Amino acid sequence: MTDVIIPVDTVVGVAPPLVTEEHVSHAHEEHGPSGILKWLTSTDHKVIGMSYMITSLALFYVAGIMALVLRLQLTSPNASVVSFQQYNELFTMHGSLMLYLFAGPFAFGGLANYIVPLQVGAPDMAFPRLNALSYWLYLTGSITMMLGFVVAGGAASFGWVAYAPLSSATNSPGAGGDIWIMALILTGFSAIFTGVNLVGTIFYLRAPGMTMFRMPIFTWNMLVTGILILIAFPVLTSALIMLFCDRHFGTHIFSVQGGGSPILWQNLFWFFGHPEVYILALPYFGIVTEVLPVFSKKPVFGYKGMVFATMAIAALSTGVWAHHMFTTGLVLLPFFSLLSLLIAVPTGIKFFNWIGTMWHGQLSFTTPMLFSIGFLCAFLMGGVTGVMLAAPPIDFFTHDTYFVVAHFHQVLFGTAVFAGFAGLYYWYPKMFGRLLSDKLGKWHFWLMFIGFWVTFMPQYEVGLKGMPRRVASYPPNLGWQIYNQISTVGAFIIAISFAILLWNLWISWRRPVLAGDNPWDAHTLEWFTTSPPPHHNYTHLPPIRSERPTWDYNHPEAPSIVGHGEGKRLEKAKLS
Amino acid sequence: MDSTPDRTPAPPRVSQRFGSAWRVVRSRRSLILIALAPIFLAGCQVPTFGAYRGATTQGRDAFKLWQGFFIAGLVIGGFVLLLILWAVFRYRKRSEEIPRQSQYHRLVEILYTVVPLIIVSVMFVFVVITENEVDATPKGQVQVQVTAFQWGWQFYYPATGKVVEGETTEAPQMVVPAGETINVSLKSADVIHGFYIPQFNYSRYAQPGTVNHFNFNILHNGVYRGQCTQLCGLYHSLMLFSVKAVNPAQFAAWEHNVPSNNATIGQLKARIKAGGPGA
Repeated sequence: MTDVIIPVDTVVGVAPPLVTEEHVSHAHEEHGPSGILKWLTSTDHKVIGMSYMITSLALFYVAGIMALVLRLQLTSPNASVVSFQQYNELFTMHGSLMLYLFAGPFAFGGLANYIVPLQVGAPDMAFPRLNALSYWLYLTGSITMMLGFVVAGGAASFGWVAYAPLSSATNSPGAGGDIWIMALILTGFSAIFTGVNLVGTIFYLRAPGMTMFRMPIFTWNMLVTGILILIAFPVLTSALIMLFCDRHFGTHIFSVQGGGSPILWQNLFWFFGHPEVYILALPYFGIVTEVLPVFSKKPVFGYKGMVFATMAIAALSTGVWAHHMFTTGLVLLPFFSLLSLLIAVPTGIKFFNWIGTMWHGQLSFTTPMLFSIGFLCAFLMGGVTGVMLAAPPIDFFTHDTYFVVAHFHQVLFGTAVFAGFAGLYYWYPKMFGRLLSDKLGKWHFWLMFIGFWVTFMPQYEVGLKGMPRRVASYPPNLGWQIYNQISTVGAFIIAISFAILLWNLWISWRRPVLAGDNPWDAHTLEWFTTSPPPHHNYTHLPPIRSERPTWDYNHPEAPSIVGHGEGKRLEKAKLS
Repeated sequence: MDSTPDRTPAPPRVSQRFGSAWRVVRSRRSLILIALAPIFLAGCQVPTFGAYRGATTQGRDAFKLWQGFFIAGLVIGGFVLLLILWAVFRYRKRSEEIPRQSQYHRLVEILYTVVPLIIVSVMFVFVVITENEVDATPKGQVQVQVTAFQWGWQFYYPATGKVVEGETTEAPQMVVPAGETINVSLKSADVIHGFYIPQFNYSRYAQPGTVNHFNFNILHNGVYRGQCTQLCGLYHSLMLFSVKAVNPAQFAAWEHNVPSNNATIGQLKARIKAGGPGA
């Protein structure tokens, strides 16, 4: 890019209406039934998105409480808060709820469902009924998974990765395992349908003027996430069906006795599992890329670099699954180490872009901004230790220890929680037309930020000292107890911060503070419509001539200046 | 980034805001400190950064790689963190004025793509070198066949036919000579287990249907604790063992005296089932 791009038509008038006055007058009325029937029957992406968010947040709290029980068990070497069996069930369900039922669905079922059609100027998702089916499958799957606790023998207890042959009928008998498999097949289909819907919506329902390279980064990331879902989830669903057949029909796909191969499960699972990590991360990268520019009052630094970095991460993520399996000794190929290391490059590009976006900006530290900066710090730490784990000789002695536990919690907590709640605080005014209390939001942030470091930093150290993960007890003479106790204190600090979030939501529900349509002076299209948006989202659209149509509309005097040095030269020439 | 002033004259920052000026100085100083840290550290003994130094030659190699990665992580992570903190403190909101809406900077973009690529490539070279050292399995003086099962370990010495085994209530001990090359072959009788000795900086899965081979060269006599790392069912956390390294002469004596214990894993498991771990 060598020239300054200023929108051709800087005279911003009212855009031609998409619908006639007649439609507009009806647009604000509720279509269809109201009340509980609306939630049960709606195919509106906003209602479904909201249902997704409420369900996944509820499951997040449930899984969080499980984490507290796990942490309590570890405060002393031989605690009996729960039995060994209950402990194994609890960490299995904690992981399953957090990864399969919260972090993913909250992003691609909740936020993306609500925001993506708004960001591209569409009236709804491409397949509204499929969207509703997605949600109901997800809800059914979630309830099914929770039901594991009430069957004889208890819930699944083979970890969220269900390694064969531990997950076989012989080693894990009982309905708990079957229920877990069924629940994941249901939510797996739900994710696949949502992936189809996201990709379809983004490719076919963009408003006039919304070219691919004018889409907000969040939408870009959801497109790539949707494609990754279509690559990864069918593999998981197939593998789960194979596992079910192994458990019930004697297919011996994963059992040595029948000529099968336990390692096949790991290959299939991680072929899903590593793209899944980025299915969980990319949407949250997108949120941060929406929040940072708005509160820095600047455009995204390297928009196209961001898009290509996202694609590079997605592409690389399909070729690194075996780094979860280095210690099997069977897939110990330098290829997987190299590709895993290479992921650091596009991730680094993202980091420098986020920093570049803040550079020379006017940063205001609202709650969403604080959470985004918290994400940067948390993800940086998780990313650095991730690079270490990409080296097999280092992975050998950290694999399956608390070092890895600390690493992936920092990565996933950094994305799904820090960035996820940045998104919640950021888009809450859009969804409800109300503001959340900034003061309580800051309490939430700082407590969570402190709790986060207190919880996970000691886990690195105790992992390096040799404490394995998924243990309900540990030898008392190794000095591990103090690290575990500090970690437990941190977990409770995090828990308090989430009580504050509930309080914040409650207050905004009881004593609403009206937000107006665009309280943040945000950039992207969704902030052009009313808050909350009308039934079909838009009565009229602004001209879309850049990545920031709402900003261009509100600030015709301050368009993006492309090309750093060149822009300055041109300006100087204009001045002289 | 570019340091040319904004379109409007810059606000009088330094003279009026000593607080921010001090922060500027402080963060620059810490930047220099962190950048120079590896040089200082190389002068004296490089710290362990929380890991074990490694009680085997293989563990030593892995440990050196760990040190290198840790220092690299410290420098790169520290650099990025300082950039974040600098942006956060330096560019916090000072006025209602809209900042320059600039995007893209080709040189910076090329730099932050190419430099990490080079760093990662260099790291990869060290990874491959170390991995080859750690994973080399030349024929050694002592062979031990390790079989993991729910929830214990069996150590079988094929040269003498001696067997040591134990489960949760009595953690078994593998006795081997220090200073010699030990070939370990590892498998599992049931589910996947993890054979992990923290002080050796090494772990490997014990899997049904496949045998893993690796070597140890233990540097000094001593007892090194080990534990199963891969979730293997109910009593996963009690699946402990240890490795005792002795002089070759002591090892020969031990091997001679160890009672021939020919219980099969099946019998051992039946015993566990009858008594139950912890019983």
